[in-house]
Amino acid sequence: MPKLIVDDLTVDRGGRRVFAGLSFQLEAGHALVITGANGAGKSSLLRTLAGLVPPANGRMAFEGGDSDSTLAEHAHYFGHESAVKRALSVSSNLEFWRDFTRPVLPDGFAANAMAPMDILELLGIGHTADLPAAYLSAGQTRRLTLARLFVSPRPLWLMDEPTSALDAASEAQLIGLMNTHLKNGGMIVTATHTELTALSPVTALQLTAPAAGDHGGHGYDDDLEAFA
Amino acid sequence: MSGWISSLFRRELQLATRAGGSALVGVLFFLAVVTVIPFGVGPDLNLLGRIGPAILWIGALLATLLGLDRLFQADRDDGSLDLLLMAGRPLELVVLIKCLAHWVATGLPLVAAAPVLAIFLNLEPVAIGAVTLTLLAGTPALTFIGAIGASLTVTLRRGGLLLAVLVVPLAIPVLIFGVSAADAAVSDPVPFLTPFLILCALTLIAGVIGPIASAAALRFSAD
Amino acid sequence: MGILDLANPTRFLRLVQIVLPWLAGLCVIVFAAGLYMSFFTAPEDYQQGATVRIMFIHVPAAWLSMMCYSIMAISSLGTLVWKHPLADVSAKAAAPIGATFTFIALVTGSLWGKPMWGTYWVWDARLTSVLVLFIMYLGLMALWRTMEDPIKAGKAAAILTLVGAVNLPVIKFSVNWWNTLHQPASVVRMDGPTIHPTILIPLLVMAAAFTLLFFVLHLMAMRNEILRRRLRAMRLKAAAQARPASAALSPQAAE
Repeated sequence: MPKLIVDDLTVDRGGRRVFAGLSFQLEAGHALVITGANGAGKSSLLRTLAGLVPPANGRMAFEGGDSDSTLAEHAHYFGHESAVKRALSVSSNLEFWRDFTRPVLPDGFAANAMAPMDILELLGIGHTADLPAAYLSAGQTRRLTLARLFVSPRPLWLMDEPTSALDAASEAQLIGLMNTHLKNGGMIVTATHTELTALSPVTALQLTAPAAGDHGGHGYDDDLEAFA
Repeated sequence: MSGWISSLFRRELQLATRAGGSALVGVLFFLAVVTVIPFGVGPDLNLLGRIGPAILWIGALLATLLGLDRLFQADRDDGSLDLLLMAGRPLELVVLIKCLAHWVATGLPLVAAAPVLAIFLNLEPVAIGAVTLTLLAGTPALTFIGAIGASLTVTLRRGGLLLAVLVVPLAIPVLIFGVSAADAAVSDPVPFLTPFLILCALTLIAGVIGPIASAAALRFSAD
Repeated sequence: MGILDLANPTRFLRLVQIVLPWLAGLCVIVFAAGLYMSFFTAPEDYQQGATVRIMFIHVPAAWLSMMCYSIMAISSLGTLVWKHPLADVSAKAAAPIGATFTFIALVTGSLWGKPMWGTYWVWDARLTSVLVLFIMYLGLMALWRTMEDPIKAGKAAAILTLVGAVNLPVIKFSVNWWNTLHQPASVVRMDGPTIHPTILIPLLVMAAAFTLLFFVLHLMAMRNEILRRRLRAMRLKAAAQARPASAALSPQAAE
């Protein structure tokens, strides 16, 4: 069974300690919902798992996965930015990410790659396939971004505020798709302000801002223990 | 294996040539620079003929550098860069392909425009051929070296000017051997092939160092 | 005390405090000796007269402009490969010092050139290479200045420094090629075939003095940079402490 393991993870960004000593495990088929105040490090945790921010300390690994791939290569990152090129058509945007992103299918993860047209139809933007992406509304752009997760399957979804810019109906559909992903043996780590209780099975992780004295960076404060 | 390479190459080419791309602006800039020079040095055709290869090379250098600041910045702005880093493809190769596509879209038009602009500068037919050939062999090196500057300044709002400052010293060898080879074809203090082969070697070296350094800088920029 | 112990900025600062006065004192003594020798014991050149004494400033400055870049290149390796926390401090502190010595080498070179060549500037292979080095120093300093986060700026500058280090021999080679192409070697070089000991010894003493001066300045600049970063860390901490209050005012703003 694949398993995401995070052990004693500490992240510094811009000389500031975002969080320290974070540990959790996530099994296949489970979702983790991260909540916390502004600056508690929700986005930083997702970007660290995505391999975009190097951790200052600790270990993170995808166990039971594809041995040739890193943790980041097991993951899809669904962040605030759309990664949609406005000058290209909707379908060529999606086809590029299908060709470019290497799919990773470890044992116990039973998703199939969907054809670009099928997922666009499913998400209700099939009629825009030949239009330049510049003509899409914010919600449609968001759905095009989401479609990327289905054309090249990977077991771990890292989703930062996934329901933003979506109306109630689209949100319900998204949660349905996320639950399907979990049923297929996938995993989801998502940061959110709103409650995503409709996901199941789900674990909650509350991030709190580090205490004032717990300051990291590169030892430029008087903390003698930092590099001792 | 090769599917994603051609896919990336095609996409970069399309983005450069479609609306919002800057493929032809570089050629216009090249034309503008070459047109301005005679106003500065005077319309003496002998003088222009003598310094013509240098003018064309400096114009191509500036046009290449000024077009490079969006090479990675556009991808960073819309979040594509994060996904390029996560896609599980060797980043050095991704940078190399982006550079090649960028060169085809912006460098190749400069090479194609050079013979026309050379006529304005009173170059002999042999010199026209030599300049065009050296530009064809040398401008990829400018793109590869410029990619280092582009990835170092990718997080900066107005990185274009800084990019040029960082990259120009590194591009001096390319300029020296490009112009030397073009001159050597007409007035022969040395045979044409000596500087030309060194120019080709510089392009190959830049094709290795540029993507490696640039990929390292891009990895750091994602933080 | 191994190099790893010095990874701690606090310990490093304590060491600097002990070493710096001695180093500065030694630097002053060697400088006094060197300057006395260059002005009073070294003979005048039979052709160049007293202008030859410029060499006692020019050559050590040129030597340091190269040594400083080497130190920056090693520090950059320290940043990228060994991830030593003081490496980028060292590289950043060295850049303005290196730029200054390079500038001194350029100015003294052209002052020497005026009576020798009849003009302040000649596109001589050496002067041109030094000018390119000067531009590279300034570019690196500009890169540091434009990036706000010192850690990120350090990594970016380290990459550029190493690319520059790989390129410098190529640049040097191309400039030499270009120079011989355009003006066959007829320019008087500063170093003759042999240097007489009465000139060589003051030159070596001055080189030692300049090197000591570099280390004094480098340690002082590193100390200042560490203090500057400590100040930044304290400001960040101060900003972070004010967070709960602002969070109470705007509870649900997007991150």
